[in-house]
Amino acid sequence: MTDLTQLGIKPLRDGVAAGEFTAREVAEAFNAAVADASALNAFIVTTPDHALDAASKVDADRAAGKALGPMAGVPIGMKDLFCTQGVQTTAASHILEGFVPRYESTVSQKLWDAGAGMLGKLNLDQFAMGSSNETSHFGNVSSPWRRTGTNAPMSPGGSSGGSSAAVAARIAPAATGTDTGGSIRQPAAFTGICGIKPTYGRCSRWGVVAFASSLDQAGPMARSVEDCAIMLGAMAGFDPKDATSLKMDVPDWAAGLDGNLAGKTIGIPREYRMEGTDAAILDSWERGKQWLRDAGATIVDISLPHTKYALPAYYIIAPAEASSNLARYDGVRYGLRDLPDGAGLQDMYAETREAGFGDEVKRRILIGTYVLSAGFYDAYYTQAQKVRALVARDFEQAFAQCDLILAPTTPTASFPLGENSEDPLAMYLNDVFAVPASLAGLPAMSVPAMQNEGGLPLGLQLVGRPFDEQGVLNAGLAIEQRAGFSAQPDKWWC
Amino acid sequence: MSVDKATVTKIASLARIRMSDGELERMAPELSQILDWVEQLGEVDTAGVEPMTAVIPNSLRLRADVVDADPLTGGGRREDILANAPAAEHGFFGVPKVIE
Repeated sequence: MTDLTQLGIKPLRDGVAAGEFTAREVAEAFNAAVADASALNAFIVTTPDHALDAASKVDADRAAGKALGPMAGVPIGMKDLFCTQGVQTTAASHILEGFVPRYESTVSQKLWDAGAGMLGKLNLDQFAMGSSNETSHFGNVSSPWRRTGTNAPMSPGGSSGGSSAAVAARIAPAATGTDTGGSIRQPAAFTGICGIKPTYGRCSRWGVVAFASSLDQAGPMARSVEDCAIMLGAMAGFDPKDATSLKMDVPDWAAGLDGNLAGKTIGIPREYRMEGTDAAILDSWERGKQWLRDAGATIVDISLPHTKYALPAYYIIAPAEASSNLARYDGVRYGLRDLPDGAGLQDMYAETREAGFGDEVKRRILIGTYVLSAGFYDAYYTQAQKVRALVARDFEQAFAQCDLILAPTTPTASFPLGENSEDPLAMYLNDVFAVPASLAGLPAMSVPAMQNEGGLPLGLQLVGRPFDEQGVLNAGLAIEQRAGFSAQPDKWWC
Repeated sequence: MSVDKATVTKIASLARIRMSDGELERMAPELSQILDWVEQLGEVDTAGVEPMTAVIPNSLRLRADVVDADPLTGGGRREDILANAPAAEHGFFGVPKVIE
C-alpha cells in the first residue's frame, strides 16, 4: 500500500474522494508519524482524536453521498498562534500556558468546515517573535534537515518553525503559518517547502494571537504550489469580526493555476543584491530567472530604492505594535498570574510579565515602549511609518514596469541552532528580503529552488501586486515545474 | 550608546516588566545596539510623506445596531469570559485590593 504520509493535500483529498483509502487511514498514518517524531519537537500538543473525529465525519459524509469540502480527509498541523476551542493555545509562551480558548479562530474554523482535521498545535517562536524557533518556552524545534556530514541540529526557521519542520518531515501534509515579517516564507525556504503570505486582509486575524496587527497575516505551508492554492482558498475570506478583513470574493486559485507566463514581466530588484549574500543564493536567483524566462516571461531590472530601510523600519513598527498588543497579558483575565504575598496590583502586573515572557519578547516590548514614549515618538515611530509609505511606494512604482518580482527568500540557508541566538541583530537580518513585502502588505510566496553544497534547501520568493495571489502562485508553479525539487531529509528522528 | 541602565529601568517600569539588576545590565547594550541600528532611518528624506497606518485602503465598517448581532462576539458570555481567569470570584475578575 502507498505510504500515505508521502502524499500532499491534493492526492490525499482526491484519494479519499475516489475511495482509494479512507480519511481515517490517512489520519491514523499521520498520527503515527507525529508520535514517532517527538525528537523534532515540532508540536506543543498533539490532538490525534481531533484528526480521527474529523476523518470519521468525512468518511461518513462520503458514504452518505454528501459533497466533500476542498480539504476533506486532510489532517493538518495548526500553528499554536490560532485559538482552538478546547485545545490549549500558548503562542509558545509561559504566560499563556494552560490557556484553553472557549472559541475557535475564524481561519481554523474555516479549515475544519472544509473537511480538515487537526494533528496538533505546532511549536513556534514565542509570540511569533524570532527567525529560528529558538525563543519558544517549549524548547527549540529541530529542522529535519542536516548539513551533509554533520549531526548538528539545524534551525527550521521562524517563527512558523514547527509548521515548516512538520511539513518537511512528512509528519503533516500541510500546516498553517502566520507571517508578520517573513514568518511563513523564511521557514518554508529553510526546509524545502512552499508557503504563501496572501495580501494583508485576505485571511481573518480573529482568534489569532496578535503580534503586530498592521502586519500579521495567516497563510498555508505545504509541499506544493497547488496544495498552497487549495489550502489558501479554504483559509481566506471576508470576516466581519476583523476590522481589516478584505471584503472581496476569494477567487478559485487552484482552478486558475497556470504555469505559462507568456506576456508576463518579472522584475529583478537590484537592491536585493546585497553584500554578504551567499554565492549559492545568488546562483539560485540566476536559475530562477532562467526558469521564468523558459516559462515565457520577460525579465527586467527594477529598483526598490528604500529596501535598505525596510528592516529598521520594521523593527520600530512591529515592536511598537507588539508592546501595545501584549499589554493585555496582565495576570487578570487569562493566563499566568504571579502574585507574591502582600503584593499590590502594579506589582502583580510586573511580576506576572517578568515570569511569563521570554527574553526576545521582553526585548521587543521594551523597544516598542521606548519608541512610543513621549519625546521619541516622532523621531522613531512616525519616521518609521513614513519610511513604510516610501517602501510601499517603491513597489507601486515597480509594478508599473513589471507584474511580479523575483528575489531570494533569505540571504543564507538554514544555520545550526545556537549559531545566531546571542546576537539579536544578526538574527533580524534573516528577514531582510522578506520584510519589504510585509510592510507593503503584498502577497508573497517562497518556493524551493535547489540545495546548496551542504545539501540544505534554498527558496525563491515571488512578490505580487495587491490581491494578485494568482499571479504569485502561477509564477511559483512555473518555478516548481522546472526546479524539480524532490529532495527529502533522511529520517533520523524515528 | 543610546540607552543606559537607568533608561532601561524606566522603560521596563512603563512596560510593567520587573527586571533584576543583572537583566537590566544585559538588556541595556542589546537595546542600544538595536536602537543605534534603527537610527539610520534618520537619513531618509521623508518631507511631505504621510505616515502609513494601513497598507490596504479600507474604511471602518459599522455593524448593524442590534444586540448580539454576532453571537460569538455579543454579550451574555460571562462564563466563557471568566473560564480562563486566574482568579474569578463572584462572576468577576478578582484582583488584589487597590483601595485602602
